[in-house]
Amino acid sequence: MTEQSDLLGRARAWIGRPATAPVTARDPVNQPMIRRWAEAMGDANPLWHDPDVRAAAGFAGAVAPPAMLEVWTMAPYRAGGRTEDEDMAVLRLFDEAGYRGVVATNIEQEYLRYLVEGDIIHARAIVSDISDEKRTGLGIGHFVTIDYEFTDQADELVGRMKFRILKFKPPLEQSKAAAPAGDAGANAFPHPRPAITHDNAFFWEGLKQRKLLIQSFDGRLVHPPVPACPETGSLEWTTVEASGKGVIHSFVVMHQPQLPCFQYPLPVVLVELEEGVRIVANMIDTAPEDVAIGRAVTLDFVEVEPDYILPAFRLA
Amino acid sequence: MGTISNQAAIAGIGATEFSKNSGRSELRLAVEATLAALADAGIDPAEVDGLSTYTMDNNPEIELFRAIGGRQLKFHSRIHYGGGAACAPILHAAMAIAAGIAEVVVCYRAMNERSQYRFGTGHTPPPVPTAESAHYGWYVPFGLISPASWVAMQARRYMHDHGATSEDFGRVSVAARRHAATNPRAWFYEKPITLADHQASRWIVEPLRLLDCCQESDGAVAVVVTSLERARRLRNAPAVIRAAAQGAGDDSQMMTSYYRKDIGRISEMNIVADQLYAQAGIGPADVQAAILYDHFTPFVLPQLEAFGFAKEGQARDFIREGNIELGGRLPINTHGGQLGEAYIHGLNGVAEAVRLVRGTSPNQVDGIRNVIVTAGTGVPTSGLILSPD
Repeated sequence: MTEQSDLLGRARAWIGRPATAPVTARDPVNQPMIRRWAEAMGDANPLWHDPDVRAAAGFAGAVAPPAMLEVWTMAPYRAGGRTEDEDMAVLRLFDEAGYRGVVATNIEQEYLRYLVEGDIIHARAIVSDISDEKRTGLGIGHFVTIDYEFTDQADELVGRMKFRILKFKPPLEQSKAAAPAGDAGANAFPHPRPAITHDNAFFWEGLKQRKLLIQSFDGRLVHPPVPACPETGSLEWTTVEASGKGVIHSFVVMHQPQLPCFQYPLPVVLVELEEGVRIVANMIDTAPEDVAIGRAVTLDFVEVEPDYILPAFRLA
Repeated sequence: MGTISNQAAIAGIGATEFSKNSGRSELRLAVEATLAALADAGIDPAEVDGLSTYTMDNNPEIELFRAIGGRQLKFHSRIHYGGGAACAPILHAAMAIAAGIAEVVVCYRAMNERSQYRFGTGHTPPPVPTAESAHYGWYVPFGLISPASWVAMQARRYMHDHGATSEDFGRVSVAARRHAATNPRAWFYEKPITLADHQASRWIVEPLRLLDCCQESDGAVAVVVTSLERARRLRNAPAVIRAAAQGAGDDSQMMTSYYRKDIGRISEMNIVADQLYAQAGIGPADVQAAILYDHFTPFVLPQLEAFGFAKEGQARDFIREGNIELGGRLPINTHGGQLGEAYIHGLNGVAEAVRLVRGTSPNQVDGIRNVIVTAGTGVPTSGLILSPD
């Protein structure tokens, strides 16, 4: 799979490089944040909020639980997600290659001293490892390890963190039937949806971009798609975009049974595309009596529901 | 190489009445038909040690088995692809018997296809990520949702390529109803139709009219298969399984083989026909009658061609000359077929072939030496040649 080794090569080029720009805490270490964090975590240790207890322990001001190490430099919360600067470009490589899922799998922290009121924390994140492809319960993916170093206002190291996440290909999303129309229920029977599999997802994704894609095994076109080339057994394939020119090879006109989402009589055509494969679709702006074997047609698309696009043909 | 030819025979046939509303469970229908078939064979139900049916049948083997007082079930199998399974359980039974795996195998099909569900109302399966579900994604989003519609696409092309007409399809229906009219078991007993009736019937999916489509039925059929040796000692003359085969290929799809070079052909049946003739060592000249699967009339024509009764594309002439009716060269569907008798997914056709071999058909054909039976068309299919001993 050249595409995948490409991805791994590009991702591994990040190893040893900063995952993001260095970050400086927006606020110094402070009592209110410590109090809220300890409450949220259910940590009732009086050391985090009782002046007498911390004085007895030798602290002049507020002292933070060590596990808050990363809290001070975390990216701001934003509705809609992080900005590009805050995000990690190495992870975007995986998103773009379809490894859209993410789950944190390990965090290891090392503390060199307690952080106390007034400390200003800096963080640097370095990409330290990208694993080979792993088959996990969540899906196929790669583990990405980021090493953090945290320093204070004197540029002294105060802690380290190893953060490992899995970037994985989530299970295929299946078509969701459209919600019935709000009022009259005219659309109560949703337009039938295809099942999406690893073998056919490209076709339905292509339609969303108004492209009719045909599976190609080194130039041998196949439709409906199959996992392996029937001639060579090769599992490697690409797609070609249909020109949209074709000829009606056969057709029917549906009268019964009827679904509420179609208009009847409904012609359904089997079109032989000029690329040599055949595909079933509907006609646009064509009376049933004008449909005939041998007639030239051209491809168009219809959006039957938002984000659900089907191919359709017009008489040429 | 071993052969199953002449190793096993159908020794018993049984059925319920054929109706539009059986008023009882499918499992009970299966039990009734099975007990009737065993009684016909003269075999104690406790001796049954094998069962075979369709994957589409809703009745678990073990439920049927406990209801008939079965003791040791040693073989059970199911065949996929709808009515394409109609003859394959008999093949599987014959193989099990020839291999010494089982001695008495009951093949059954029981359904309340009219009263509890209907195959023709439109199939829009939920989109789940399996290959079978994905298959329907190429058709149902475009409204091609019924078996009639899937067949119609190939039928239209066959008409275009070979000059067959709606009337040619109608002649298949008229012959079936003529045969059903004299079969007291048939739903359309004493209800023949004319070609004009066919031509006046409404469109279901052009080019298919209502009278090109088989019935929807409640009912059950069972047949008992045992060794030929044993069958010879039983009360009815054996219907010898002279040949049995399954077939798929040439880019077969489930009712939508639209991607092969010639979509007017149902190549699955050619694969079956070649095997059947080779196993039996005979050709079309040796066949006196046939039960050709008739869920929809158009596919009877390429079946006649697959078995060599007409040259490719010329079945229309064979039919126009009256050859598929009583007194013709090859009377077909002498029980009335699924158009006339009942739609029991083709197993009622196997039972009729047994009657033809025994000489007890309501429309008996003289001089029977070989009867062809076929299963569902447009799908991976199966077939038999049955003969007198």
